[in-house]
Amino acid sequence: MSQEGIKHEMPEQDPIERINNFDEVALGYDEETAIKEAKRCLQCSNPKCKAGCPVEVDIPGFIQLVAEGKFEEAAKKVKEKNNLPAICGRVCPQEDQCEAECVVGIKDEPVAIGRLERFVADYTSDNEEAKEIQQDQGKVAVVGAGPSGLTAAADLAKMGYQVTIFEAFHKPGGVLTYGIPEFRLPKEVVKREVAKIKELGVEIKLNQVIGKIKGVDELFEEGYDAVFVGTGAGLPKFLGLEGENLNGVYSANEFLTRVNLMKAYKFPEYKTPVYVGDKVAVVGGGNVAMDAARTALRLGAEESIIVYRRGRKEMPAREEEIHHAQQEGVQFELLNNPTKILGDEDGFVTGMECIRMELGEPDDSGRRRPIPIEGSEFRIDVDTVIMAIGQSPNPILINDTSKLETTDWGTIITDEETGETTKAGVFAGGDVVTGAATVIEAMGAGKKAARSIAEYIDNR
Amino acid sequence: MYRILDKEVIAVKIVKLKVEAPEVAAKAKPGHFLIVRVNEKAERIPLTIADYNQQEGTVTIIVQEVGFSSRQICNLEVGEGFLDLVGPLGEPIKTEGYNKVVCIGGGLGNAPLYPKAKSLKEDGTEVVSILGAQTADKLILEEEFDEISDELYMATDDGSKGHEGFVTEVLEDLLKQEDDFELAIAIGPMIMMKVVSELTAKYSLETIVSLNSLMVDGTGMCGGCRVTVGEETKFACVDGPAFDGHLVDFDEQLRRQQFYTDQEEEVKQCQHVGGEHQCHKKE
Repeated sequence: MSQEGIKHEMPEQDPIERINNFDEVALGYDEETAIKEAKRCLQCSNPKCKAGCPVEVDIPGFIQLVAEGKFEEAAKKVKEKNNLPAICGRVCPQEDQCEAECVVGIKDEPVAIGRLERFVADYTSDNEEAKEIQQDQGKVAVVGAGPSGLTAAADLAKMGYQVTIFEAFHKPGGVLTYGIPEFRLPKEVVKREVAKIKELGVEIKLNQVIGKIKGVDELFEEGYDAVFVGTGAGLPKFLGLEGENLNGVYSANEFLTRVNLMKAYKFPEYKTPVYVGDKVAVVGGGNVAMDAARTALRLGAEESIIVYRRGRKEMPAREEEIHHAQQEGVQFELLNNPTKILGDEDGFVTGMECIRMELGEPDDSGRRRPIPIEGSEFRIDVDTVIMAIGQSPNPILINDTSKLETTDWGTIITDEETGETTKAGVFAGGDVVTGAATVIEAMGAGKKAARSIAEYIDNR
Repeated sequence: MYRILDKEVIAVKIVKLKVEAPEVAAKAKPGHFLIVRVNEKAERIPLTIADYNQQEGTVTIIVQEVGFSSRQICNLEVGEGFLDLVGPLGEPIKTEGYNKVVCIGGGLGNAPLYPKAKSLKEDGTEVVSILGAQTADKLILEEEFDEISDELYMATDDGSKGHEGFVTEVLEDLLKQEDDFELAIAIGPMIMMKVVSELTAKYSLETIVSLNSLMVDGTGMCGGCRVTVGEETKFACVDGPAFDGHLVDFDEQLRRQQFYTDQEEEVKQCQHVGGEHQCHKKE
């Protein structure tokens, strides 16, 4: 393949080096590489990439500006639609979205839209003027400072609404802060993007669990015209196995929250501990599983093993994340499912019993169903087990709010187009509606909801 | 910052702090807890709300110095405060509809027990309290319980106050004599709650215990506070912290409490060698 046919490489930290630190793995394009990559864009008259973007970024528009070296203007173009570009450029599954639709990708590798987005977002990080926006259109409460909440808040603020975000944790960002590790998304980047949203006039109230300190109805009583619920999927799933409550079994949520939000990787300077033994098993095959497995290595585990019940092809994690994990030495025990966690008399994990699987006919998810092979049980010796098998919506707000209807899976029922829930004036989006999904999908939902909220308030 | 308005040392290494948190005070109920963080590098520490005052806009917490983080909290002075405070968390306990209840507190457990006993009394319940501690100078909230209890018993390990021995011995005597208790509430060390629950099971007396499990967020997100109740796994932060003492797997909880023993030791050691930064340096 000719050199023109492939994406320009993004420099990365050496795998041998990077498993000893939490610094960012991917280092970003320089100006020259960004221009070269931008010039690979064909500037299609009917750009498919744009249709593949949940937040509708004018992709050819901004890439053209990069190609011309007009980075500031390119950043402005991205930010017309995307309130968190430095984050999206890093963690969006571009290969399934914009880049999947890229016409260049039919013959060669698609244009590296994500890398270019990251480049322009980082380029303009410091030199930007905030403009005053009159906020007299109405008051909106946003519950949850994650991707969907931040996006809805920013869009509403831009439209002239006065927005307050209520966040349960002591830091904003939601999964961007507690879930995604520093080496994939530096918290400085999250801080920077959140600061920009605050500059739009959005107020963020931390340490506020809505449903406990006050209910949704009380928010209306306090004068909010509408409420957006973006409380995410903050309820970890477990398999219900024997031994799952042994010391050394974590949910990925807990493990990652200790490390990312509470900086347990800097223990004992930071006082929150985290336990990582010599041999860690991470159960699951998504991005969260990759994050946990790679984090475990950085915390000093000698071996970190992904245990996944289907095959490599069926893994829901991004290709790039699987690749990075492999480079770093994460092992993969595919077509395996845990059946029991074993422990010693003090209650600490000593091993995990697994059973081999084979793939049968496709199930509802379209992926081939894993079937246990009878009598194939075997044991692996591990001292830490991390369950990364998904999350359900956090029920605190939902249980406290009347007339808010949910599905059997505990997700809030909404109108797909507007984000309207079954309760008047309440809108919802992100993982609390879809179940655990991607950052960009949550942002797309926040964007749609912001539009509907504006319409709802104006029509009252 | 959530400011400390009042501080009182109420026993050896035990302090009572009144903290400014009007929104939390407005919603607090017996059984609720909160999570505090002293500064940027601190842990998130769950603490039961020992008392609250809506008019003043304050919540009261009682903290015993056991490890690094609790010492850090105990060392806070009036005018200083917590960087973060989130609450009220957990499910409040029901205190209406009982005629006669026995409340058993051990050590620091007297603190979370107090708002429940007080609320029961306010609802017209006859309250019999048994308070225990290792020694008389570690026994807390005696006066407060005296005010709201119809009968008050005490027990210390060394006999320096009340019965010499365990609260369970006092409880057993009571249960032998009186059979009209409708509920027992026991809060204290895990082992005490276990023994109380075993005892009351013999008398078929409904028993509520309150678990101080390890937790991070307090909203059900981390699942660190898992507890087996009956056949089910529950999260202490959202399903509890109060549970039916006859159904809790106390042995599992006792083991889970030991999870970070080594790390706690490391943090303590760290302070001796002169500051938190030195000891973190890698060679």
